[in-house]
Amino acid sequence: MAGFREYKIGSRLFGLALGGSMCITLLMPSINIASVSSTDIALAKQLSIGHETGFNLDDPFLLGKNKPLNVSLKVDPKSGQPLSGGMSVYVYQPGTAFPAGILHPRILGAGIEELSVQQGHVTDARKDAGAVFVLAKGLYQGKEVSYIDNLTATKGWTPEDVMRVAKDEDVSHAGKGKTMFVREGCWWCHTLLPEQTQDWQVFGAPPMLGDFNGESPTAFGSDRKAPDLLHVGSRNSSKEWMMMHFFNPRLVQPHSIMPRFDYLWGEKDAAGQKIDFAKWRAEYSEYTEGKRVTPPEVPSYASDSEIRSLIDFMMSLK
Amino acid sequence: MLKYLLAKNEDIPEGSAAVFFGFSAIIWFVIGTGLGSFNAAKLAFPDFVTGNIYFAFGHMRQVHVLAVIFGWISMAFAMAMMYITPALGNTKLWSEKLGLWNCLFWNLGLTLGLTILWAGITSGREYSDFPWPIDLYLAAFVFIPLGVNVWMTILNRRTQGIYTTNWFFAAATFMVIIVFLVGNLPEFFHLTGLTEAYLTWWFAHNVLGLWITPVAAAIAYYTIPKVTGNPLYSHRIGHLHFWSVVVFYSTPAAHHLMSAPLPEWLKSFASVEGVLILVPAIAFVSNIMLTMQGKWHMFVENIEIRFTITGCLMAIPLNMQGGFQQTRAINWYIHGTGWIVAHAHLALLGFSTFLEAAAVYLGLQTILKRKLYSLTLANMHFWLLLIGFTTYWISMTIAGLIQGAGKIYEVPYIDVVIAEHPYMIARWLGGTMVFTGNVLWLYNMWMTARKGSVVPAGRMPHELAYER
Repeated sequence: MAGFREYKIGSRLFGLALGGSMCITLLMPSINIASVSSTDIALAKQLSIGHETGFNLDDPFLLGKNKPLNVSLKVDPKSGQPLSGGMSVYVYQPGTAFPAGILHPRILGAGIEELSVQQGHVTDARKDAGAVFVLAKGLYQGKEVSYIDNLTATKGWTPEDVMRVAKDEDVSHAGKGKTMFVREGCWWCHTLLPEQTQDWQVFGAPPMLGDFNGESPTAFGSDRKAPDLLHVGSRNSSKEWMMMHFFNPRLVQPHSIMPRFDYLWGEKDAAGQKIDFAKWRAEYSEYTEGKRVTPPEVPSYASDSEIRSLIDFMMSLK
Repeated sequence: MLKYLLAKNEDIPEGSAAVFFGFSAIIWFVIGTGLGSFNAAKLAFPDFVTGNIYFAFGHMRQVHVLAVIFGWISMAFAMAMMYITPALGNTKLWSEKLGLWNCLFWNLGLTLGLTILWAGITSGREYSDFPWPIDLYLAAFVFIPLGVNVWMTILNRRTQGIYTTNWFFAAATFMVIIVFLVGNLPEFFHLTGLTEAYLTWWFAHNVLGLWITPVAAAIAYYTIPKVTGNPLYSHRIGHLHFWSVVVFYSTPAAHHLMSAPLPEWLKSFASVEGVLILVPAIAFVSNIMLTMQGKWHMFVENIEIRFTITGCLMAIPLNMQGGFQQTRAINWYIHGTGWIVAHAHLALLGFSTFLEAAAVYLGLQTILKRKLYSLTLANMHFWLLLIGFTTYWISMTIAGLIQGAGKIYEVPYIDVVIAEHPYMIARWLGGTMVFTGNVLWLYNMWMTARKGSVVPAGRMPHELAYER
């Protein structure tokens, strides 16, 4: 065996070069990034999206299972008294995996971690019992800081209590919607990243360093073939427009090159009737050929359909 | 192939692994470019095959990218390693049997991985889209066995030194394993936030920089001297190339996220290192061009040299773009536009593919001891690839500049989509030409294996006249 006898110095230098490169490009940035505190956006985002959106063993087929619900509460679920101004809570049904910030509060950043653990009791949350979280404000070293409050521990509100008083229109399935966003590859064309050097006027403010703590995958997207969506919910809050646009983008934007996502409606519409896609397409063809004056009506989606969660996710992108 | 899987290693004919890797690579190239052409058609004509979850653009785009990278390009690399590494060590491949099993597991794993990606089961991370069980499979059954075969062949060489090509092969197989295991840490350990975003691009950058670029260049360091008969112009410039790849190409990962909220020092560092990529690039291109001295007629006459030199010439615009488009001065204009798509195809379909295609042409003829079946088909393959790619590159570059202008002048997005439409059609036509060329290539190589005229012992295939 000839071995690497003549290459002793070279092999060591190779190890040194690659090790040094990984030290600068992996170790140093990860120390730096880990020291960044969560912004309010990051806290709200991880609570509404949950543990993991890409492939994971709780939801291997990316069907949007194992996801929290975001509920706009109008009444106190225990006493039934109206809550002034309402309250946006995040409901983790029993068995739903908690996001990284609950499992490892240190990623939340200085101050937020202390308040979330001591006042918010997030480490008391149990996966098998479920939990209800809310964003709260507290004082840390004289400064006001947002933190995560585990209402199940601090007020005794269980997921069951909250869901009993919540109406369907008060519930956002944004967490499941992000799964649809990842699975359907929306991010191959729509970025979630207004750029730092332009985009302010059209797509809104670029995100900050701390906006992503606890989120996975971040799905920034790299190839923008369509408008940025990070703040789409602020630009366009019409569910009707979204519904038509997803069913067939050419209904509202004749020049759009977006694919049709009618298959996210599933088998049945809101009334439980079977959706006849073939008939819809035939009528739409007649419309495009000028044989009909108006396009066929877009079927309204069922409340447990995949498209409902995707539209909820769009609405949550403020 | 199947009859050799359980045979004794010494009973397996030399070069078997390379042949199976070679044909697998060409088949994946046909599949990958076919998917590319299909996807491009959907961007040009959005109602082409629509409303079906399994033919949705968002389900197929990543299948195209990963079929081309881990099917065509990486398997062509494995093919080249299986016959070039032993040839340069004046020895046999350490284990043909390991090579054949490696090829089998590679095809099975890639088929499984791409099928589940197609179904929408993804990690949601660009280039590392495979779910983590597939990543672990690829490390354990694809890249580690490949590396072991290459390293053991080099260790068992019967030459005193190690030739340039084999340094690159040994180092790149090691580095790709590291990149696979480290780049997927966010999936193995559920790392979140900017760490996940950054490691996604650390992986994407280094698969390009520490696997595809150095191995493609290493192949040219073999094919050009082997076919022209000229010795490599400079071993020392080869050293410069090797060390500058390791140092300068492994560091600029953050330049893919120049407009994202990463720490500013990291972006500035990455941007400076990114310009320094010109060092290995210039070293490589000048070394190859100077090796051609006195043999430039072969650029016209010889199909392998024509492919290799065309690929090397494309490395010039590739690296000029790559070095400068990631600086803040230029990146703000072209970030996230079709310009980048054009650049990525210049790297993978222009530079790298042309070098590997030459290695597959040369390797299959040499191992099978068969002269290429048809020069006409090979010429058609070359020109369909070159014209198809050029059409693609020019149309996407123009589309990218339109998008960049639309971005900074705040043009309503739909007007950008309308302005891009003709270039989307041109891109589809270019991609379809590449696909057509590859179908011809598969036929040509299949017929070479079956009907090519026999190359006598001790002769190189290119020394014989073509019969068709």
